[in-house]
Amino acid sequence: MAAMFVQPRQLLRNRPLSFGLGLLTLICLIAIIGPLLVDPTAARVGATIARQPPSPDHWLGTDGQGRDMVTVLIHAMPNTLTIGVVAGLISLTLGVALGLVSGFVGGMVDTIIRVLTDVMMTIPGIAILVLVAANVREMTVGLMAVIVASLSWMVATRTIRAQTLSLRERGYVQVARLNGSSGLKLVFVEVLPNLLPFIAASFVVTVSGAMLATIGLEALGLGPQNQLTLGTTIYWAQFYGAILRGMWWWWGPPIVVISIIFVGLMLTAIGLDSFVNKRLGGHA
Amino acid sequence: MYFRYVTRRFGLMLLVIILAVSINFLLPRLMPGDPVEAQLNQLLATGSGGGDISAMVESYRSRFGLDRPLWEQYLSYWGATLRLDLGVSLAAYPERVVDAILAGLPWTLGLLGFATLVSFTFGTLLGGLMGWPRVPRWLQPFGSSVVLLSSVPYFLIGMVLLYVFAIVLRIFPAGGGLPFGIQTGFNWETISAIAMHAALPAASIILAEIGAWALGMRGMMVSVLGEDYISLADAKGLKPRRIFFWYAMRNALLPQLTKLALAMGHIVSGAILVEVIFSYPGIGFRLYQAIQSNDYFVIQGIVLVLSISIAVAMFILDLIYPLIDPRIAAEEA
Repeated sequence: MAAMFVQPRQLLRNRPLSFGLGLLTLICLIAIIGPLLVDPTAARVGATIARQPPSPDHWLGTDGQGRDMVTVLIHAMPNTLTIGVVAGLISLTLGVALGLVSGFVGGMVDTIIRVLTDVMMTIPGIAILVLVAANVREMTVGLMAVIVASLSWMVATRTIRAQTLSLRERGYVQVARLNGSSGLKLVFVEVLPNLLPFIAASFVVTVSGAMLATIGLEALGLGPQNQLTLGTTIYWAQFYGAILRGMWWWWGPPIVVISIIFVGLMLTAIGLDSFVNKRLGGHA
Repeated sequence: MYFRYVTRRFGLMLLVIILAVSINFLLPRLMPGDPVEAQLNQLLATGSGGGDISAMVESYRSRFGLDRPLWEQYLSYWGATLRLDLGVSLAAYPERVVDAILAGLPWTLGLLGFATLVSFTFGTLLGGLMGWPRVPRWLQPFGSSVVLLSSVPYFLIGMVLLYVFAIVLRIFPAGGGLPFGIQTGFNWETISAIAMHAALPAASIILAEIGAWALGMRGMMVSVLGEDYISLADAKGLKPRRIFFWYAMRNALLPQLTKLALAMGHIVSGAILVEVIFSYPGIGFRLYQAIQSNDYFVIQGIVLVLSISIAVAMFILDLIYPLIDPRIAAEEA
């Protein structure tokens, strides 16, 4: 379990990880600092002349409803990122808790959690999400995060359960058990700290899945109303036929931003994987 | 052994179906407000809808029997579902939901089946080569970029392909499944028209999926190549090509098949939006239209059909899998 103690030097030598984290940091910085510098009024419908190609006044042009695209993007990023990260955190917590209980308690509880996980993995997430989202009157960023989280906890549960099962039988856990440690103490002192690398890896995978579901729902027009998000921008571009009308500045930039987010997440996941999974180490 | 394994898998499939039907039943009842009633009231108020509103309200009432206790509603919901009575479309009354789904299903199945087959085959081969030490140098950067592309959602790739190949270059049609007013028949003209319309949507799914298969396969390949039987085959002086296909690929392939079953939900979710981008007449596009027009029964019906077909497809894969790798059935039983 030396994977826990990562030297900064090691981190830099892991090219996918450092590059992925770099991309994500860049996106997060823009999402945090951008809205402080850019006035949101230009992102209102009818704020400028509609359908303008990029110009010195509007670097990325304006959309079909007269919104300045730079402003729209900068104010959309924090909302989409918040949904993805919050949903990721909620489902990670759920996944770690279920995985720990399942792996540690075993028996009937384990069977129920395992079957539930398998069943939920089978059902296409977006189908259920569509059903929920279509039933909600007023969609908000927070509600969206909860909805997405309720369907993204399965991968984390599986990973953590498998690792707990193997950790449970390790020598030092057995020694602690024989020394009379209570179940809770075993879990929190002996098992949980050693799961940290796997939890970190699961977090990235979970956020990635949550982000995918979020942007998919938004692009179907089921995102938060009255709030700018990246997926909703794509939805309106699609709705008003921006591709067919050749207005590349409307749909192109959100695609680039979304792609950078996903590439960053994937590189981070690949990089973390080579830390966690020693067998692939050096090849990633 | 095989029998026990099959029964377990069958049980899992039944569980998924029961859960899907129950979620479909419960969700609208758990939510505050009633979208169907709201929609019907709106139709009544505007006088639009183009159908007999009172008949629609009647069908809605008789279907849900809202005055009856919940468990009775649940049972009759099951009865209706088993009779394939999924209600009527509210936006295109009196079209039955079953008919709407059946009209879209062949398009979706054809598109998804073809795209999945192609991306699985080529992705697995590419991944195998990426894990193989004796490949040309250009393959690694090519493979890495394909892998990175797989992180991007399908429909975004679709939008770029649509713009480049249908709007700028005008090689492929910009949307739909067939040209308007074409006489369909089993002839070359129809088939080529279908292929031309399916080319871009299929390409978006394939481009996005290949990398995912390649990544998984490369990982498996790396660990298989560390096995003793590979060293033995090498020491015996077998040709590299033979070792690659018959010793390494064959064994690394098995987990890929499990992944295919698990990825099914993900692929279907991604394909829904690809259909939307290309106005492809499958059930994903129908779902989008139903969301647009608050066509509640159609949304519900499509979600149900999607869940059930994935459960069935996974079951079929589960049946085939132990025939290829007998250890699977042995471990689980």
